[in-house]
Amino acid sequence: MTVVPNMPKAWRIETKPHKFCPGCGHGLVLKALGEAIDELGVQERVVFGCDIGCSLLSWDFFNADTVQTHHGRTTPVMTGIKRARPDRICIAYMGDGGGYAIGAQHLVNAATRNEKITVILANNCNYAMTGGQMAPTTLPEMKTETTPYGRDVEETGYPTQGPEMVAAITGETAYSARGTVANLRQLKNYLKKALQNQIEERGFSFVEALSACPTNWSTNAKDTWHFLEETMPKYFKIGEVKVPVKEAKESNTSQGNHTKQ
Amino acid sequence: MSMPAVELEAKTQRKQAKPIEGVKKVFMTGNESVAWAALAAGAEIMYGYPITPQNEIMHYWTRLAPRYGKQFLQTEDEISAGFTTCGGVLAGKRAFTATAGPGNILMQESMSMAEMLRLPTVVIVQQRGGPSTATVIYSQQETTLTCFGGNGEGLRIVYSSSSHQDLFDYTIKAFNTAWKYRFPTFVLGDGYQAKMRESLHIYDPAAKGIKMEKTVPFVGQEGMPGVDRAPAHLRNTFNTEEELLEVITGYVAEYQKIAPEIIEYEVIETADAEIVLVAHGIVARAAWAAVRALRNKGVRAGFFRPITLRPFPAEQLRKAARTAKKLLVAESAQGQLLKLVQEALYGETVPIATYLMPGQGITAEELSDYVMELRSNKTNREGGSR
Repeated sequence: MTVVPNMPKAWRIETKPHKFCPGCGHGLVLKALGEAIDELGVQERVVFGCDIGCSLLSWDFFNADTVQTHHGRTTPVMTGIKRARPDRICIAYMGDGGGYAIGAQHLVNAATRNEKITVILANNCNYAMTGGQMAPTTLPEMKTETTPYGRDVEETGYPTQGPEMVAAITGETAYSARGTVANLRQLKNYLKKALQNQIEERGFSFVEALSACPTNWSTNAKDTWHFLEETMPKYFKIGEVKVPVKEAKESNTSQGNHTKQ
Repeated sequence: MSMPAVELEAKTQRKQAKPIEGVKKVFMTGNESVAWAALAAGAEIMYGYPITPQNEIMHYWTRLAPRYGKQFLQTEDEISAGFTTCGGVLAGKRAFTATAGPGNILMQESMSMAEMLRLPTVVIVQQRGGPSTATVIYSQQETTLTCFGGNGEGLRIVYSSSSHQDLFDYTIKAFNTAWKYRFPTFVLGDGYQAKMRESLHIYDPAAKGIKMEKTVPFVGQEGMPGVDRAPAHLRNTFNTEEELLEVITGYVAEYQKIAPEIIEYEVIETADAEIVLVAHGIVARAAWAAVRALRNKGVRAGFFRPITLRPFPAEQLRKAARTAKKLLVAESAQGQLLKLVQEALYGETVPIATYLMPGQGITAEELSDYVMELRSNKTNREGGSR
């Protein structure tokens, strides 16, 4: 007897097992997203866009209309679709290079315009698809192919603080948070809130998910988990950075502070 | 979601209102005529970023569009304008953008994706000087870029307009060609056409018997994906050389098959011509006027104008060239049309003289004088070049 593993309903079974490396965090982010879509009952309305880099491997991941775009350009493609079809739930999925480097201007301006789309960004501290180069999120002293002696902050600065940046420039009705694949229940909750913000046509929503890349980190299971759970959160604070004003009043949390759940 | 009935009715009325009733004679700039043409063609959304000399397309669109329930988004750059236009098309809308010069360069990335995903995008290009920032005024230096920009095979359709009437006619046609054949489509104008005023007829396409092609969404169709229908999974990346080769070979075959239906050109008095002037865009008007003037002087001059630069009317040009003693290619670029002509005429022996003025306008007088000069200088076996 074949036992079919328990998968989110929004997943496309025919394309599983998925194409990501063993131990990769993308599958977990997309699991949390699949469950969020299921629980909100919006699968039929979802248009999913994926970027270049490892995220492109999700081009046939969901039973949802999907467009695989160019590096950094998923945000404008989803913006274009949303403007033309406001009844769709448009999700832009990308990595840290796509969102914070080559597509940074799109993220910044979509956030500023408070576009009613949801951007989900997997942060694994490196450009993984191209073989592990320094990303905007590479930690100080961290070794990558282009920082073989460790990232020198004097030369290349500090890791980009994405959700904080988005929160600082976006509208009062936007949502911005950072979750982690080390806490899927919390990540799913953030993703649901982000999607809810779009469903209710309030404004922009952004979720960064700390993700693992054992292939390029060259780590075993134990070290991967340690880096994800202990090292990364020292630079990237987990929590909600901005919740829409209406919701903030209800839950009595102040903006700009990380609120752990 | 809950819109008051009165407001909803007003919105529906706006959407149904015809921007132009019948045919109207007007006197306006080329940019204005593009905005009217897009409205008349039923374009639903424009995405744009400011760059001279195309700005007034956006200015007129932003003033006119809300009256007819149409939309506009000003993006953060031309990269975004191109990709949001792809998004609008993916959503099943007649979406378009307009650009020039450095903006045209930035749009090549998105148009390369449009080629691969077969997206019927429409882009109006009002050429300015190049390379780099150069001038905001005029040139024909975006010919190669518009025809062959991107890391691919130039699987796109490019109409070169030479008047305000052309800008209006071919903007409407661009939407139909794009949606019928699903190749990204461009209308290549220039700063002179953009900024000058002249007389033209604007019209409701229906009044001329033009039927607009139906648009179909690529994503977001009705029904539960995976249950009622297969999900649309659109990708522009492939795993193997063989996979890519198969896709591109199919696209190229289709492009070649439809090319004869798309190709447009103008040819005048080439049968007995000792010299045929070859030009596109606004320079073709100078060439046409030069041919008239030369004929009046008894010089047997002919005229050939490719209207589609991609696909190029190669066979038609060969036919015209076979009876001519000489060709004169004139353009406001250093040989961008010339390359297309030479490729089309490979193997023919007709000498080709050139009149190349990168970034500068060309008058009829200059061209007719140059033809007279060429005739008096019979020793120039190469055919003469400037």
